[in-house]
Amino acid sequence: MTTFLSFLINGLSLGSLYALIALGFVIIYKASEILNFAHGAFLLLGAYVIARLEPSVGFFAAVAIGIVATALVAFVSERVLFSRVRSAHMASLTIMTLGLDLIITTDLTRRIGSSVLSLGQPWGAGVVRVGGVSISENRLIAIVVAFVLIGLLFAAFRFTSWGVALRAAAEDGEAAALMGIRQARVGAVAWIIAGGLAAVAAVFLTGSPTPGLEPNLRTIAFAAFPAAILGGLDSTTGALAGGLIVGVAESLFAGYNASLTFLGGGFSVVVPYAVMMLVLVARPAGLFGTKELHRV
Amino acid sequence: MELDVSGLQVTYAGVIRALRGVDLRVGADEIVAVLGSNGAGKTTLLRAVTGSLKRHRAKVDKGQVTFGGRPLVGVDPVDVVNRGVVLVPEGRRVFGRLSVEENLRAGAISVRDRAARAEARNKVYAMFPRLAERRRQRAALLSGGEQQMLAIGRALMSSPRLLLLDEPSLGLAPQIVAHIGEVLKEINRAGTSVMLVEQNAAMALGVADRGYVLELGRVELSGPAAQLAASDSIASLYLGRGPRDDVSRRGAGDTPGGPDGLDGPGGGPGGLGGGRGGSASPVPAATLSRWVPPEKGRFGLLGGAGAATGGR
Repeated sequence: MTTFLSFLINGLSLGSLYALIALGFVIIYKASEILNFAHGAFLLLGAYVIARLEPSVGFFAAVAIGIVATALVAFVSERVLFSRVRSAHMASLTIMTLGLDLIITTDLTRRIGSSVLSLGQPWGAGVVRVGGVSISENRLIAIVVAFVLIGLLFAAFRFTSWGVALRAAAEDGEAAALMGIRQARVGAVAWIIAGGLAAVAAVFLTGSPTPGLEPNLRTIAFAAFPAAILGGLDSTTGALAGGLIVGVAESLFAGYNASLTFLGGGFSVVVPYAVMMLVLVARPAGLFGTKELHRV
Repeated sequence: MELDVSGLQVTYAGVIRALRGVDLRVGADEIVAVLGSNGAGKTTLLRAVTGSLKRHRAKVDKGQVTFGGRPLVGVDPVDVVNRGVVLVPEGRRVFGRLSVEENLRAGAISVRDRAARAEARNKVYAMFPRLAERRRQRAALLSGGEQQMLAIGRALMSSPRLLLLDEPSLGLAPQIVAHIGEVLKEINRAGTSVMLVEQNAAMALGVADRGYVLELGRVELSGPAAQLAASDSIASLYLGRGPRDDVSRRGAGDTPGGPDGLDGPGGGPGGLGGGRGGSASPVPAATLSRWVPPEKGRFGLLGGAGAATGGR
C-alpha cells in the first residue's frame, strides 16, 4: 500500500509538471490555432539557460532569467515566424513548429554534448518520508509550485481581460475582432506564458530523481502532448486532467515494472501514448474537448 | 459624427462584385434602415464599414467610407471599434461558452477604464433585465431572443457612437422583434446613431428615420422611412402585402425566370450574391425578392433597375 501511495504521489508530481507543459501547449492552440511542437525545445532551452547561468548568478536569479529568456524566445518565434503566416494552413504551421523544434534541439544537443548538466536546485536530492511513503523533495516542491501556477493561470482565464479575450477569440475569432479584441496581442501573451511555464517545468523535470539536464529532456517533455490531446486540445481543464492521468499512469507502470514484464521492459515510456489512444477511441474530442479536431 | 459611404465598390476574391457604387449616409443621432433581399450586398456593406472585408477575401475597389470625416477603408476591425463603430453580427454570434457577464466583458475589452466598464454594464442590465437575471449563465443556454439582446448589449459595452445591426430579427418571434425595435429606439434616444440592416422591412421601417433599399449591390431606392413604407414597390416586395399578396407568399425559389420585363434568376445579374447563397435559393416568405413575376410594368422603379443591371 505504501509503495502504491508513493508511486501515486510521484505520479501526481510528474503529472502536475506535464500539466504545466500541456497547458502552455493548449493556450497556444487556443490563441493561435497552432499545435506548437517546439514546446519541448522551449523546455530544453529554459533548462539549458538556467544550467549555464546558475554557477555565476546563483540558482534563483538563473531561474528568473531562464523563464524570461524562454518566454522571450516563444514570443519572438510567434512574432517573427507564426504571426506572419496566419493565413497558412494549420498543417503547414504545425510542420513549421516541428522545424523550429529540430533547430533549437539540435543546437542545444550539440552544446550539451554527452555531459549531464546540473541546474543546481538548492533542495538537491533530499527525500522526505511520511509514514512509509518516500518522495523526493524536488517532486514535492514541484507539486506545490505547479498547482500554485495552474491555479493562478485558471484564475487568469476567468478573471482577467486577457483570459476573457482568449476564450472569446478561441470560440469565434471574427466576432471577437468585431468586439475590439486584438487577437495578435492575446496570442502574444499566450506564447509568453506558455514559454515561461515550460521553463518552470524544466527546473523540476531535471531535478531528483532525474540526474540532471540531458538532451533527452525533450523526449520526456513530449509526454505532455498526449496529455494535452487526451484532455481535449482546446480545454485547459483537460490539460490539467490529461497531465495528471499521464503522470500517474507512467509512474505506476514504471513502479510495477518488475511485475509487468509480459509487456516488455520499460513499458512506462509508451504509456502516455497508449492511454491517449484508448481515450481518443472512446472520446474522439478528448475528455473535455468541445470540438472534434480536423485531421491534419 | 456621421457615416458616409460614397461610390463604394467591393469585389470578392477579385471576381465577384458584391457592391457596385453604393452611396449612403447615416447622420448623427439617426436610425437608418438598409433593406434588401439575400445577396443584395447588405452584409458586404457592413463588412466594408467594420474593416472585415480582408478576412473574407474581399476588397474595396473604388469609393470611400468615412466616419466623422476619417476614412474607414483599410482600418483594422479593432480600430474601427475604437473609433466608435460597432457591429451586432448576423446570427448573433455570442460567445456560447462564456457567461452572459463574460460576454459583456468581452465587448468592453477596448475600454481601459474600469468604472466606465461597470457603468456600461449597468446600463445594459437596466435595458435588458433578463440578462441581469442570467448573468452567470452560459450564453449558449439563452433563448434566441435573449442571445440577440446579449449581442446588442455586448456591442453597447464600448459605448459606440454608431451601432450597426445585421438582421437582428432573424429567426425571432414577432413580439421579440417588436421589443428589439423598441430597444433600438431607446438606444438611439440615448445618443447613438443606428444603422439597421434587415430583410424584415416592416420592423426596420417602423423604427427608422430614413431607409435605403439595396438591390444587386446598389441603392435602388431611398427616402424617409414612412415614405418608403408607403411606397407600392416596398409594400409588395418586402412587406408581403399589396395586390399580389397571394403570389408573393409563395417564395421566390418556386418561380423560374420571369416571362416579363424582369430578369429571372437565370438572367444576367444572378450570382452576384456576394458569397452568401445564390439568387436562386429560396427566400423566406415576406422577405421576398424580386423574382416574383409581376404584372408587366407594375414595379416601375425596380423593373427599370433590373433592366439596367441586366444590360451590363
